[in-house]
Amino acid sequence: MNIEALLASSIDGLMLGFVYGLAAMGLTLIFGVMKVINLGHGPIIALGMFIVYLVATQLGLNPYLGLVIALLLGLAFGIVVYFLAVHRVINAPELTTLLATFSVNLMIIGVGTVVFTTTPRALAIDLGTWQSGVITVLGTKAVAVVIAVIVTGALYAFLYRTRVGKSIRAVANNRAAAELMGINSTWVLALSFGIGTMLAMISGGLLATLFSFTILSGGIYELKSFVIVVLGGLGNPTGALVGGIVLGLLEGITTIFIPVGWVPVIEYVVFVLIILVRPTGLLGAR
Amino acid sequence: MSNKIPRLLWLAALFVLAVVVVACAPAEPTKAPTVAKKIVIGFTASQTGKLNVESKKQIQGLELWKDHVVKAGGIKLKDGTVLTPEFKFYDDESSTDRVQALYTKLINDDKVDFLISPYSSGSAKAAAVVSEQYGKIMITAGAADDATMEQGFKNTYQTYTPASRYLTGAIDLLAKFDPAAKKIAIVHEKDSFSTSVAKAADPYAKSKGYNVVLLEGYDSGTTDFAPFINKIIAAAPDAIIGGGHFADGTTFAKQLYEKKVTAKVVALLVAPPEPKFTEIGDAAQNIVGPSQWEPLATFSEDAAKKAGFAWYGLSAADFTKDYKAKYNEEPSYHSAGGYVAALILQKAIEDAGSTKPDQVRAALDKMDLLTFYGRVKFSTEAKTHGKQVAHDMVYMQWQKDASGKLVKQMVWPLEAKTADWQPRK
Amino acid sequence: MNLWKQPFLWATLLVILVFALIPIVTGSAALREDWLLILLYLVLASSINIIMGYTGYVSFGHIVYFGIGGYVAFFLIQQAGMHLVFATLIGGLVAVLIAVLIGMPVLRLRGAYFALATIGINEAMRNFVANFEPFGGSVGMFFNYEVYTAYGGAKDALWLAYYGMVVVALAVVATSFFVKKSKFGLGLMAIREDQDVAQVLGIDPARHKVTAYAISAFFPALAGALFFFKNGVIEPGPAFLLHRSIEGLVMVMLGGYGTVLGPIVGAFVYERLRSFLITNPTFSSFHLFIAGLLLLLIVLFVTAGVVGWLRQKSPTLRRVLE
Repeated sequence: MNIEALLASSIDGLMLGFVYGLAAMGLTLIFGVMKVINLGHGPIIALGMFIVYLVATQLGLNPYLGLVIALLLGLAFGIVVYFLAVHRVINAPELTTLLATFSVNLMIIGVGTVVFTTTPRALAIDLGTWQSGVITVLGTKAVAVVIAVIVTGALYAFLYRTRVGKSIRAVANNRAAAELMGINSTWVLALSFGIGTMLAMISGGLLATLFSFTILSGGIYELKSFVIVVLGGLGNPTGALVGGIVLGLLEGITTIFIPVGWVPVIEYVVFVLIILVRPTGLLGAR
Repeated sequence: MSNKIPRLLWLAALFVLAVVVVACAPAEPTKAPTVAKKIVIGFTASQTGKLNVESKKQIQGLELWKDHVVKAGGIKLKDGTVLTPEFKFYDDESSTDRVQALYTKLINDDKVDFLISPYSSGSAKAAAVVSEQYGKIMITAGAADDATMEQGFKNTYQTYTPASRYLTGAIDLLAKFDPAAKKIAIVHEKDSFSTSVAKAADPYAKSKGYNVVLLEGYDSGTTDFAPFINKIIAAAPDAIIGGGHFADGTTFAKQLYEKKVTAKVVALLVAPPEPKFTEIGDAAQNIVGPSQWEPLATFSEDAAKKAGFAWYGLSAADFTKDYKAKYNEEPSYHSAGGYVAALILQKAIEDAGSTKPDQVRAALDKMDLLTFYGRVKFSTEAKTHGKQVAHDMVYMQWQKDASGKLVKQMVWPLEAKTADWQPRK
Repeated sequence: MNLWKQPFLWATLLVILVFALIPIVTGSAALREDWLLILLYLVLASSINIIMGYTGYVSFGHIVYFGIGGYVAFFLIQQAGMHLVFATLIGGLVAVLIAVLIGMPVLRLRGAYFALATIGINEAMRNFVANFEPFGGSVGMFFNYEVYTAYGGAKDALWLAYYGMVVVALAVVATSFFVKKSKFGLGLMAIREDQDVAQVLGIDPARHKVTAYAISAFFPALAGALFFFKNGVIEPGPAFLLHRSIEGLVMVMLGGYGTVLGPIVGAFVYERLRSFLITNPTFSSFHLFIAGLLLLLIVLFVTAGVVGWLRQKSPTLRRVLE
C-alpha cells in the first residue's frame, strides 16, 4: 500500500468534508428547531449552484460574490417556502411535513429541469494550486474550506451570542415555553427555515466552484447530508461539521483500498445501521 | 340512406377524377407519372442532459442531410416515386428510460417508416430492443458497443467502428513511440460503450506486454475524479487511457491537468475530437482521442475507383464546407456519423427501389461502399448481423502551433497522419 | 365474508378489466403501451397504500422491490432460460423474503426515521447492484434476442407481458380489498392510529407490520419483472429510481390514502398527465412540478385525497366506495 496516495486521498476527502458538513448543517438546524426533515434540501443546494453560476456567467461578477447573493436569496426563499409549504402542517405528524417538503423538491426539480435543462454546467475558476510531493491542493478547494469554517463560526456566534439566535435555541428546546416567554415562535420558525435554506444554498454555491453540476446534482449531497446528520446527531448544527469531516475522511481513506464504486454502498449501509442502532446519531447528545 | 350512398360515391368519384386531372395536367405525357410521397424518419435526440454536446452534433449532421436531399428534389426511385424525407423526433434527456417510451411512441403512434438511433451506446441499445420487437429498420449512429450488435438482431445496422477497436490503436501508438513504457492505467466510465472499450483494451495491452496497473470504472455523471487521480498518481503509469463521454471526459482531462499528473500518453474517448474540448485550455494539450472521422480525412471518389469500391454521396470537403456554412462551427465525427446514418438509409432505399422493409434490408445486407466518412459494410452472420465490419478509426491529438493556439492533428495510423505525435508533459 | 355480496369489489375489478381489454380487442400496440404503464402505476400505488395507507408507514424507497423483482426475473430468464411466469413469481418471492428480513428491524422505527431508512435501503441496493457483476454491474443486463422466440416472437412476448400485468393489477386490487376488510386489516389500521393502544388490544404490531410490508413488496416485484421483460434491458438507474416510488406516493395521496379505490384513481389520473406531458418539448419534465403542486395542495388542504373527500361529502358514497 502506498502511504503517499493514502495521504493525498485523505487530504482531498478531508477538505471536501468541510463542504459536506456545511451542506448538512442547514438540514440539521431545521430538524433541531422544528422536527422537520427537509426533503427539499437537495434541489435547494442545486439552486445555490445555479445562483452562483448565473451571477458569474450572466452578470459577469466574481463567483464568490455570488455566494453573498445566494445567502440573501436563500434566506428569503426559505422563509417563503416555510409559509407556503410548512407552516400549515408544522404541528401535524412528521410524515405530513415529509410529504410537504418533498412536494417542494418535486416543484423545484420540475421547474428547474424546464428552465435549466439537465445539461451539465461548470464554472471555470482558477485560483492556482499548491504542490508538495504527491499532494496537490487546488486553490478553489482551500477557499471552500475557509468559507465553510467562517460560515460555521458565524452560525455558532449567531446562535449563542445574539438575541435572535438565543430565541431560536429556546424554541428548539421547548416551543411552548418559549412562547410563554413572549417569543413569536412563528417568526422564529420561519427564520430558522430561512437560515437552513441559506446554508444549503451557500454550500451549493461552494460546490459549484469545485465541480460541474446540473439541477439534479443536489440529490447526491442531500443523501450525503442524511448520512452526515445521523453521524453528527440530528439537530446539532456544529455536529454536522464534524460529521461532514468524518464522512469526507472515510471516503478519502476507503477509496484507496476498494473500488470507488463500492464506497456509496458502504455509506448507505452504515447510514441505515446508525438509524437502527442509534437514531439520535453517533455524536448525538442523548 | 339508400339514396345517399350512391350520391356520395358519385361525389367521391368526381373528386378523385378532379385530383387526377389536376395532378396529371402539368406532367409531360411521355414521362412516367411521378408519385410524390413523404418518408418519415424517427429518432430521439439528447437535446438536454449529459450527452447533449455529442447528440447535438449528430442531429446537426442529420439535418444537413435532409437539407441536401430536399435541395436535390428528394430521394428518387427507379419507378418514378419521389420521397421527401421528414423527421419526427423528441428529446430523450439522455435517459434510457425515456428512450424506450419514446421509440415505442415513434413506432406505434407516429408510425414512422424508418428509425435512426439516439446518441450513445446505452441509449441505442435501449432503442434497438424496441425497434427489433416491432421489426423496424434502424440505422445506429453514435453507438459503438459490441455486445449490442451480437444479439442476433435482424433490423439494426451500425455505422460506427465497434467499441472494441477504440483504444487498441492508442496502445499501438505507445508501443511505436515510447518502447520503454511499461505501465498503463485504464479508467473508464461504467456505461455500455466505455466498458466495452475497456474490456477489449485491457487484454490487448496485456498481450502487448504491458502491465495494467489500474483498471477501474467511474459512474456516469461523475464530477469529482480526485479518488481516481490519487490512485493513478500512486500507480505512476506511462499511459492513461479510458474516459467515457464528453462531459465526464472533459472534466477528467481538466482534473488530471490540475493535479499535475505526468503520463506521456493520455487517450480519452469521445471528448477530445469535439472542438468544444479546447474550452479547458492548456489541459487539452497533447490529449489523444480516437475518432470515427476527421475533417482532414481524404476519402474521395478517385480513391474509391482505384480501390474498386462503389462511391456514394458528397466529398468530405463539401460536407465540411456546407456544415460550417449552416452551423458556423466545425463538424466532428458525431456530425459525420449522423449524416452518414441517413445517407446509408437513402442509398439502401435507392438500391431497393422501394421503402418495403424486406427490400431495404436486403439492400443494406449487400451494401459495401465508400463515402466521405469512410468505408461501410455490415456483418451478415446471424449472430453479429448488422455490425460494422469495414469502417476504421483514426487518432487525433491537440497540439500547439507556432502561435500557441491549440490545433487538431491526426497522429495515427501513420498513413493518415498530419503531424508527429507529441508526448504529454 | 360472502364474496358475492361485495358489489364494490366486483364492480371495480370489472371496470379495470373492461379498460384493460380495450388494447386486446383492438389489437393496438400503442394502447397496450399506455395501459401497461397505467396498470404498472396502479400496482405500485395500491401496494404502497397497504403499508402507507392502512398501516401508516411511509415507504419512500418502495421502488427497491420493483427493482429486485425486475433484476431477479431478468437474471433467471436470461441466464437459466426460465419461463417468464416462473421467473416473475420467483422474483416476487425473493422480494418478499428480502422485505421480511429488512422489515423486521426497520419497521421498529417510527415515523420519519422509517421513511429515511427506506430511502437509504433503496440507495444502498441501487449502488450494490451497480457493482454486482453477475447482474451486469452498472451496465445492467440485456436480452439476447433469442429469448423472445420461446414465446412465439417478440410480438407475442409483449402481449404476454401485458396479460401478466392485467392479472397482477386485478390481484393487487382484490388483495387490497380483502386486507382492508379482514381482521388483519383492522389490526393494521389500529396500529396506524396508535400502536401502543393496538398492542394493549392484543394485536402483535411487529407481526402485522412485517406481513403488510411483505404483501406490499410482492406486487411491485411482479410488476418490475414484467416491465423489464417488456423493455428487454435492465439497468440499476431506471430499476431503482427513487422518483418513481415517490410518484407512487403522490398517486396514493391524490386518490386518497387508506382507500381501495384511491390509488387506482390516483394512478390513472397521474399517469395520463405524465404521458401527456412527456412528449411536449418544453414541458417534458413539468409533470414533476405538477406532481409536487398536487401533493402540496393535498397535504395542506385535502389530506384525504379525491376518494376520501367524496366519502366525507356524501354518506351514500361512503357506504359504496371502499
